[in-house]
Amino acid sequence: MVPEGWEMVIGLEVHTELKTTTKMFCGCANAFGAEANTNICPVCLGLPGSLPVLNVRAVDFAMAIGLALHATIAPSTFHRKNYFYPDMPKDFQISQYDLPINKGGYLDLPDGSRVTIERAHLEEDTGKSTHLGGSGRLQGADHSLVDYNRSGVPLVEIVSGPDMRSAAQARAYAAQLRGILIATGASDGRMEEGSMRIDANVSVRREGDGLGTRCEIKNLNSLRSLQRAIDFEADRQVHLIEGGGVVRQETRHWDEVRGETSTMRVKEEAEDYRYFREPDLVDLAPDAAWQERIRGSLGAMPAERRSVLLARLNEPNAAQLDALDVVIDLGLDEFVLAAIDADIEPPLALARAANELAAAVERVGSLAPSAFVETLAMEQRGELSATQAKTVLLEVLEHGDSPRAVAATKGFEQLSSDSLGAIVGEVLVEHPEEWARYREGDEKLAQFFIGQVMQRTRGQANGKAVVAELRARR
Amino acid sequence: MTSATQIARDVRAGTTSAAAQLETSLAAIRAGNEELNVFLHVDEEGARAAAKRVDERVGAGDDPGALAGVPIALKDNLCQRGVPTTAGSKILAGWRPPYSATVIDRLLGAGAVPVGKTNMDEFAMGSSTETSAYGPTRNPRNPERVPGGSSGGSAAAVASLMTPLSLGSDTGGSIRQPAALCGIVGVKPTYGLVSRYGLIAFASSLDQIGPFANNVEDAALLLEVIAGHDPMDSTSLPEPAPSLLAHLDDGVAGKRVGLVRELIEGADDDVLASVEAARAALEDAGATIVELSIPECRLGLSAYYLIAPAEASSNLARYDGVRYGLRVDADDVAAMNEATRTAGFGAEVKRRIMLGTYALSAGYYDAYYGQALKVRTQMIEAFRRAYVDADFLLGATAPSVAFAFGEKTANPLTMYLSDVFTIPTNLAGDPAISVPFGSGAGGLPVGVQLLGPGRSEAQLFAAARVLEMANGVA
Repeated sequence: MVPEGWEMVIGLEVHTELKTTTKMFCGCANAFGAEANTNICPVCLGLPGSLPVLNVRAVDFAMAIGLALHATIAPSTFHRKNYFYPDMPKDFQISQYDLPINKGGYLDLPDGSRVTIERAHLEEDTGKSTHLGGSGRLQGADHSLVDYNRSGVPLVEIVSGPDMRSAAQARAYAAQLRGILIATGASDGRMEEGSMRIDANVSVRREGDGLGTRCEIKNLNSLRSLQRAIDFEADRQVHLIEGGGVVRQETRHWDEVRGETSTMRVKEEAEDYRYFREPDLVDLAPDAAWQERIRGSLGAMPAERRSVLLARLNEPNAAQLDALDVVIDLGLDEFVLAAIDADIEPPLALARAANELAAAVERVGSLAPSAFVETLAMEQRGELSATQAKTVLLEVLEHGDSPRAVAATKGFEQLSSDSLGAIVGEVLVEHPEEWARYREGDEKLAQFFIGQVMQRTRGQANGKAVVAELRARR
Repeated sequence: MTSATQIARDVRAGTTSAAAQLETSLAAIRAGNEELNVFLHVDEEGARAAAKRVDERVGAGDDPGALAGVPIALKDNLCQRGVPTTAGSKILAGWRPPYSATVIDRLLGAGAVPVGKTNMDEFAMGSSTETSAYGPTRNPRNPERVPGGSSGGSAAAVASLMTPLSLGSDTGGSIRQPAALCGIVGVKPTYGLVSRYGLIAFASSLDQIGPFANNVEDAALLLEVIAGHDPMDSTSLPEPAPSLLAHLDDGVAGKRVGLVRELIEGADDDVLASVEAARAALEDAGATIVELSIPECRLGLSAYYLIAPAEASSNLARYDGVRYGLRVDADDVAAMNEATRTAGFGAEVKRRIMLGTYALSAGYYDAYYGQALKVRTQMIEAFRRAYVDADFLLGATAPSVAFAFGEKTANPLTMYLSDVFTIPTNLAGDPAISVPFGSGAGGLPVGVQLLGPGRSEAQLFAAARVLEMANGVA
C-alpha cells in the first residue's frame, strides 16, 4: 500500500518451466528432484561440438500458453544472450529476442481489470548452483556446487505490460496466470519447486505523473512473497522520494525472512548481453495447421470454468469460495458439476472434491465422475457417514472399485437405521440428564450425542441420521 | 601410396588387410611426424582395434563398407570419444570428449580407420597453422614453408602420404587453402551437407567439415560417406546427399564456366598462370568460358571478419575453467574465468574474441555486425545471379603458393588476405573444391578453385576430375 496521492506501477515477468518429457534441445529427461547431474548429456552440458535441436513439444506448450492469453503466434527466431555464469554451461542462454513466438495478448482478472501481455517467449533454463560457506551467494562463498539437471529445461517467459496498480492486483494476476498455465497442461505451476518464478518491476509516482524509475525484484517464488515484496518495495521508493532521494534503476533481491528487498546490482553495472541470432537453430514459424491443432486441444480456461461453476452455487460462503478455487486450480470442476447435476448439495460436492479428490489428485484421472456422484449420493441419503464417505472415496481412487462394492466390503451400509437406532438407545440410557435437557429444547446437546455415537461406532455413523433418530424419540 | 579407393577395394576383396594398411600408415607417421608436426595425437591402440574389427568382418564374409580399412586423419577440432581433442588450444589440453562427432560415427560405420588427430590453427583461427598452441606444421612439399591453415595438419597428413584421406573444417577457406598450398584436393561442401555435430565450433554459420585426398575420386568417396542428413544438427540439409562417384566422369562438355575477376585479382603471377591454364583445359574439354564480375566479393573479407569473430566470441565463451579443460585458480569465479582464458587462449584467438565482442556490443551492433549481415545477404544474391549465367565458377584458391614461416604473422591483415578468394563461398553457403593445377615459384603447388551453387558437388567433382586429368599433361 502506498500513501494517499501515490500510485504503484507494476509489471511482471513470469518464468514457467514446461512439462515436456525431455529437455528443450536434447533428449535428457526433464524431471525435478533427480540426483544431481544425472539428467545430462553433451548438449545440455554445452560440451564443445554439441548442437541444439528444438523439442517440438516445447513449441506446442508455448503456443498453448499464447493462445490462452489471446496472443498472436508469429514467425520467430532464437537468439543467444551472452553472459558468463557458472551454472550456464555455454556461457550464453538460448532465448527469443526481437521475434518471440507469442506477441501481444491480455489476461482478464476476477475484479474485471485487464492486464496486457507484451510477449510470451521460449528460452532454456540454466543449471542450479549451491553456494557453500560465506554469505550463501555466489560472491564470497567458499565453494559452489552446480547441478546441470535443470540446464536446458524449456521455459516460457510471460511479460506483462506495466498495468498493475497494487500488490494485490499483481498477486491476482499471478494466481490467474498460474491457473492458465496449469489448465493448458504446459506447467505444473509449482512455485515452491521453482517451476514458476516471478520477477516484479515496481515503480511509484504521484498520481497524474509520468512513469517513475523502476526496480526489478528477482525470483519471487510464492504469491505471498510477491505481494509482500511489492508492498515493501513501493513503500521504500515512496519514502526515498519523500525524503528527497532518487530511485536508482536496479535489480533487487527479496529476503523472505527479513521481509525486505536489497540491492543485487545497479543498472550501470548491468551487462550488455550482445544478443545475436542463434546460428545453430533454424527459424520457427508454426503453420496454420499446427496452430489449429493446438487451439483445438485447448479446453476452457480457469476464469470461464470458475464462472460456470460459481453460477451453480447458492450464495457461497468464504470456505466454499476457497474450495471453489482449489477445484478450478486442480481441474476438478467436472466432478463437482456432475454431482450438482445429480442433485447433490453443492457445498458437499465442493468439500469432497477440494479435500478428498485434491489429496489424491494424481489418481483422479482414472476416476469416473459417476463413482464420485454415487458416493456422495449415498452420503447424502444417510447410507454413509461423512467419515465413511471419505473412506469410500479414497478406496475407490486407490483401487478403482465401485463405491457400493467398497461400502459393502467395509460393512458400512449395515449401520444404517436398525443398528444405529440400537446404539442411540444405549447412549440415551447411559446419559439420562443430557437426554432430559435435550428433550426440554437444548439443541446444543445434539452434538454431544453425535459425539457419543461416533465414539461407539468408530466414526461410522451419519450425524444427520443420529439427529433424526434423536428427534424421532423426543 | 595406394589410393583410398584402391585400399578399400582390396580390403573388401581380402587381398590386403586393414591391419597391414594401418601399419603402413603408422610407419609413415613415425618416419615423418617429428619433422613435420602433423599429428597432435596418434591413437595407435584405437586404430588397431578399428582395423581388427574391419578385418574380422571381412573374414566373416561381411562388407565393412565403402572405406574398408582406409586409414584416415582427423582435424583436432572433431570430437572423438575418449581420444584427446584440443582444437589446437592449450585451454582444451587433456580433454577427452565423452562422445563422437557424427562424421566419425559414419567413418567407422563405413569401415574407415581413424589413426589420430591433426594439428591446426588454434580453434581454426589462422591460415598457416602457426597459431596452434602445439607448434606449427611444416609443408611436406617444402618444410621451410607453411602448409596453410587452419587445417594444415590434415592437409600435410595426406600430402606426406601418412594417410590417404583426412578430414578438415572450412570456415573461410581452411580446407581449400591448405589443400592448394600442399598440392592436394580439398573440398568445402554445401553448408548443411555434412553434419557439424561434434565439430568444435569456430563460426557456426560458416563452419563445414570436408575431405582432403590425393585425388578427386578419393575425395568424392569420402564425401559420400560423411554427407547426408543428421537429426542432431538443426542446420543439416533434409534432402538426400548428392551422388558423386556416379557422375565423376560426366565431364564439362557444354557447361558454362564463369571466370570471376574478383576471384583472381591480386593473385601472384604463377597463380594467375595456373588459373589461365585451367581455363584452357576446361575449354578443351568442351566448356564455354564466361568472364564475370562479382563485385560483392571485395566486401567478403570485411564482412567475414565481423561475422566469424562475433560468432566465435560466443562459441568460445564456454571455455571458462568451470567444467573441463584448463583451470587457473583465482579468488572468485570471475577472476578464475579471466585467469583461465588469459592463460589458455593464444593471441589470435583473443584478438578475434575481442573483435567479435566489440562487433556485437550495444551501440556498435548495427554499424558492424548488422552491416556485415547485409553484405552477406548481398553476397548470396550476387552468387545466385552469377549462376544464371554460369553453371559453375573458376578462380584461384589462394593468392600465392605456400609462404615462409613468420612471413605473415607480424601483420594479421596480410594473413587474413590469404583467404580472400575462399571466404565468399562460406558467406554464400555454397560448395567449392580446390584442385592442384600446375606449379609456381620454387616448384610449389598451385591450387585452382571451382565454385558452384548449393548442392552442386557432383558437377564440381566432374570438373575437378577434368582438371586432374589435364594437370601435368599440358
